Amino acid sequence: MDLITNPTVLEVARAAEVVLGRSVHVTAASDISRDLAVDSLALMNIVMELEDRFDISIPIDRLSEVQTVGDLSSLIDNIRNKA
Amino acid sequence: MALLDRHAASRDAYQAIRKASADPFSVRFDSVISPTEGVIAGQRTILLGTNNYLGLTFDSDCIEDSVRAVRERGTGTTGSRIANGSYDGHLALETALKAYYARRHAMVFTTGYQANLGVLSSLVGRDDHLLLDADSHASIYDGARMGHAEVTRFRHNDPEDLYKRLRRLKDAPGEKLIVVEGIYSMVGDVAPLKEIVAVKREMGAYLLVDEAHSMGVLGATGRGLAEEAGVEADVDVIVGTFSKSLGSVGGFVVSDMEGFDVMRVVCRPYMFTASLPPAVVASTVTALRKVQETPALRHKLHANAKHLYDGLTNLGLSTGPNCSPIVAVTMPDQAVAIGMWNALLQNGVYLNLALPPATPDNRPLLRSSVSAAHTPEQIERVLEVMEKVAREFGVLKDEPKRALA
Repeated sequence: MDLITNPTVLEVARAAEVVLGRSVHVTAASDISRDLAVDSLALMNIVMELEDRFDISIPIDRLSEVQTVGDLSSLIDNIRNKA
Repeated sequence: MALLDRHAASRDAYQAIRKASADPFSVRFDSVISPTEGVIAGQRTILLGTNNYLGLTFDSDCIEDSVRAVRERGTGTTGSRIANGSYDGHLALETALKAYYARRHAMVFTTGYQANLGVLSSLVGRDDHLLLDADSHASIYDGARMGHAEVTRFRHNDPEDLYKRLRRLKDAPGEKLIVVEGIYSMVGDVAPLKEIVAVKREMGAYLLVDEAHSMGVLGATGRGLAEEAGVEADVDVIVGTFSKSLGSVGGFVVSDMEGFDVMRVVCRPYMFTASLPPAVVASTVTALRKVQETPALRHKLHANAKHLYDGLTNLGLSTGPNCSPIVAVTMPDQAVAIGMWNALLQNGVYLNLALPPATPDNRPLLRSSVSAAHTPEQIERVLEVMEKVAREFGVLKDEPKRALA
């Protein structure tokens, strides 16, 4: 298994575990819907969890560009860098 | 890949449900004979899942006015109001809504879904922010998606969480519009509107309340949760529907906002769809009058809701946090939910099977909606059937707590 070094990817994994109530193994390349079996509602709940972890606002209209865990973590990094 | 292959997961889930039971999403009524009774597969069935809160679908005055309108004005308008013009009925209905809500502006839509689609997509735009309760109805999510505002969800019925999310947007440009529902349609819980209004005031946002399930149900004159909570002056926009308490179809929005009428030429779900037919408009105007003239309907509704809610709770079933005309029982899993839903139908009780993700917290629900038109005997019958079926499915293990009648 790939070693995850990106701290944002790790936080995405933790948020997914809180929302899904099960352990998840992810890399930046993991497809959120296919590999994590996350539906659109669960993804929005994961985003809510991440908003609280980073104390930022992640507009859900931006999720259309998110397919992988790496996409989501880049979106978060972009928002944090702008803040 | 064929076009519909993208829906393979939904198709498979649907097939699995249909294999296990009668199809809960395409129940066929042989006939509907009253607001509370229909015939399904030759069997008389109590209707307990139709949102017909005041039972006005068979009101004789509503029917007569509807019949007169169809004779005098025809079966349809064959187009939108901006193209084909407004009929006297459309204007009468908007006038009646303005008077009822004591607001300067009222706009009627062809469905409640379109009212939310239209209002949420045109009231805010680029650089503005929509703050949606996480458990919002699909029409609210779809309206948000259709527009260009940034969309943030806050935790269901949690004013502190709303505050926190508005604080994060404090320095962002643009207006903020908070969207909540009076009564939430799945478990019948009510928004903490006073507390939400306090947050709105402090953070300088606008507030929209969707009273779809609370109009005709809550408030001294039935105007909904905003009236009941005494905060109507702080609610900038109210959205509602004619397809529940008023027993027809259509949606509306009322507001005191300066210049609200511009919505008629910018709001696409209003502009590019055929307007409501005369018969629907006529029965709706009459039903709105009945809601105001007959508070006894609301009292009866609440008595029936309490009868069912207390009855199910005392049986030991897991009901929602507060008593309202929507009474939902949480099921342990999908198989039991589907099994019980079928058994209830076979025993002459029709209610709604609600499955995730349309339900909060990923739990399957058996969702009932009570009507003022239910008789106490019908509710007793429902409780008897529910107890019997719940026991068969092992959902009730203890002895009944309900006192013997």
